[in-house]
Amino acid sequence: MTARTAPVVTAKLFRRARFVCQVYIAATGVANMKIQDRLEIPVWKRMPLVRRSNLLFLSRLLQCSALCAVLVFSAPRGQAQDHVGPYPQADIEFGSRIFAAQCTSCHGMSGDQVAGVNLRSGQFRHVFSDSDLRAVITNGISGTAMPPHSFNPAELAAIVAYIRNMATFDARNVSLGDAERGEAIFNGAGNCGSCHRVNGKGPRVAPDLSNVGALRTANLLEQSLVDPTGAMLPINRSVRAVTRDGKVITGRRLNEDTYTVQLIDDHEQLVSLDKSQLSEYTVIKTSSMPSYKDKLNSQELADVVAYLLTLKGAK
Amino acid sequence: MISPRRSILLLPQRPILLLLLSSLVTCSLHAQVTSDRLLHAPDEPQNWLTYSGSYAGQRYSLLNQVDLTNVKNLELKWVFQDQSLQKFESTPLVVNGIIYVTQPPNDIIALDAKTGAAFWVYHYNPSPAARPCCGIVNRGVAILGDSLFMATVDAHLVSIDAKNGHLNWDVKVADDAASYAMTLAPLVVKDKVVVGVAGAEFGIRGFISAYNAQTGAEGWKFYTIPGPGDPGHDTWRGDDWEHGGGSAWMTGTYDPDLNLTYWGTGNPGPDFNVSQRPGDNLYSDSVVALDPDTGKLKWYFQYSPNDAYDYDSVQVPVLAEINWEGKPRKVLMQANRNGFFYVLDRTTGKFLFGRPFVKVNWAKGLDDAGRPIITTQPPGTPTYPGQQGGTNWYSPSFSPRTGLFYISAWDDYSTIFAGVPAEYKEGQRYMAGANTGPIPGGDTLGNGIRGPINTYTEAAGHGAVLAIDPHTGERKWTFAMHDVTSSGILTTAADLLFTGGREGFFQALNARTGELLWKASLGGDIISGPITYEVDGKQYISVAAGRGLFVFGLRN
Repeated sequence: MTARTAPVVTAKLFRRARFVCQVYIAATGVANMKIQDRLEIPVWKRMPLVRRSNLLFLSRLLQCSALCAVLVFSAPRGQAQDHVGPYPQADIEFGSRIFAAQCTSCHGMSGDQVAGVNLRSGQFRHVFSDSDLRAVITNGISGTAMPPHSFNPAELAAIVAYIRNMATFDARNVSLGDAERGEAIFNGAGNCGSCHRVNGKGPRVAPDLSNVGALRTANLLEQSLVDPTGAMLPINRSVRAVTRDGKVITGRRLNEDTYTVQLIDDHEQLVSLDKSQLSEYTVIKTSSMPSYKDKLNSQELADVVAYLLTLKGAK
Repeated sequence: MISPRRSILLLPQRPILLLLLSSLVTCSLHAQVTSDRLLHAPDEPQNWLTYSGSYAGQRYSLLNQVDLTNVKNLELKWVFQDQSLQKFESTPLVVNGIIYVTQPPNDIIALDAKTGAAFWVYHYNPSPAARPCCGIVNRGVAILGDSLFMATVDAHLVSIDAKNGHLNWDVKVADDAASYAMTLAPLVVKDKVVVGVAGAEFGIRGFISAYNAQTGAEGWKFYTIPGPGDPGHDTWRGDDWEHGGGSAWMTGTYDPDLNLTYWGTGNPGPDFNVSQRPGDNLYSDSVVALDPDTGKLKWYFQYSPNDAYDYDSVQVPVLAEINWEGKPRKVLMQANRNGFFYVLDRTTGKFLFGRPFVKVNWAKGLDDAGRPIITTQPPGTPTYPGQQGGTNWYSPSFSPRTGLFYISAWDDYSTIFAGVPAEYKEGQRYMAGANTGPIPGGDTLGNGIRGPINTYTEAAGHGAVLAIDPHTGERKWTFAMHDVTSSGILTTAADLLFTGGREGFFQALNARTGELLWKASLGGDIISGPITYEVDGKQYISVAAGRGLFVFGLRN
């Protein structure tokens, strides 16, 4: 099974299942009936129909159970299967303005504010193709906070174009070099691989960069290289903990709540600590990564950024 | 099911005393929730009869069986799992051993308060066009007589038979096609059901309105954005008022002695571009005191004139009698989303006192009349508090025993605001700008459900329970959390404070000191207010977390 063919088949199945549900709902007219009218239907007839959301949920469950594995494991995330060629720059820019006005209060400017959805990196729960995206924007998703929208076709095309290009939208002010040269610097002069892991190679001390090109923009990648502390995401900060019996544990933070902290320690072990059992706990705000501002020239920096942008997840 | 009355008939051989007792129980079970009972709700702490537990909105219960020493023995009694993927923001009512809780979008479920077993489910199909700004949610129902009242996400108000879950009536309050919505629990005052609308992110013109509880007929409507000829209209330029926002999406409070109902109002529209709506934009971001019989405005106080930051002022206006400069005074207290804690005289609306309870830099203080002295931050720099506010709709609590006001706060939290021009289009968002968190490339702290990883961390802000002395605004104590909190707060006569947070911990604190006494991990965001009630002489504490309603009681 190739990464290309499977999603096309599954997308058809997805649409077919949805179509069947829509026909069912349209035929029964349940969705458009007033409550009083529905109550006139005998219970035995009403029961399977009353909850349209359940029906859609069931159909989605079927879609998910049948398709999810294929979708998740074989489809490159965020790839528009029914779109060929680049999106017009004018559409992308128009879409960015609509997105800022209409979408950010739920999805955030970065498109990652809804749990389980990252528009920038193409992580969706209900979308695979561009037509899916248009359908979801237009119709909303029943049972969730995603409402329907009445955008005209040009606006819709623009929003889709922007969402598909969010990751690189703000890269216009960043010079991108040669990715192959960048890879050589990454593994050679830059010595990046001594801390970072890419596609299964390298230690886990620092964040795994296998999909950093899907997660972070060119601007942010460049900032990370020249100002690692300023650009470091706070969740990635190192922590130092001392247990009551004097044991020192250091590592990179993975998660934290009021009472516990989870980290990967310097021995690459996953560790969960109860804060009440610690005599000392410090979150270290400076990054141990060196700045490459003076270590690499501007061309070399551009090459490394270009390489990092190619890292879109395991192939 | 055999009713209690039926069971008595089946057992004629029982002693007469038992029969009499049973009859009393039967009467109690069948007693209607009259207006008088609602007025005196705090006197029957075994029940939770209104959204905030009482008309004063204090979320304070006289129950004290669970106390400082035995609270550590709380254990889970039952869980009700809802059938929605939406946020569970509903605060239940408890009436004589029955819990009435809602699940999104607009279902009501009647449960046995002792076991969680369901009696009936009422399902309402909202219009697919319904679009509340921030989730298809519902915060609960109101009750009067044998009827429950629910405001729906497509801006209808429905009355439901509390005994069998059948529809009594259904009235359209506003047009959902223009993005009016309702997410709040209604407030019953006398014979009327009072609601407010949401939708200030979509350019609605907000209002608060009242309906006859028997028939659903509209009694009055108060526009929070005054039209031409009305006082306050001159605080708007031209026709800006037509889409001026001023929603009222949280339940108000009521003072029967003054015969005034108090409602907080939301942001002006559009949200972020103030140059598009010069003026104070009354009555957005205000508290309004209305005559509940006529809807007439008695007084108002505006917290954030010409608001640029989405600082809705819908936080429950808490009513109390406190000693003020040596004399008892009827006050209204509000910890506002704009970061200031306010005390007003609720007879006149006079500003008595205000002070920041979190870091604030959008204003350097309040003048003698309570008007903010605005210090707009340079473009691209953080404004404190951020867009979700120093607090938001999460119900606070006031304990008359400790005299302290308790707030779920977001500490050290900021947002970078950016206003841009926007054009109104019906049904579409009308916000005129956007906002981002202060961490480049980091997640923006918002109002959604977060995943299992807290990616924004302490760098974006953190949650806390604050105990505020209402006389000074000073913090008596702070209970800091790592993540932010959207939980309401409950206090009891045993000096216990219950609250949750986004991390899914449900915690009991000493209300006098803030000391943690007990906690349970419920594995999902707590974004509603805990309540307490009593059945058969046993106290229960209930809170919704994630997709479930969890009920705790003392170990047998």
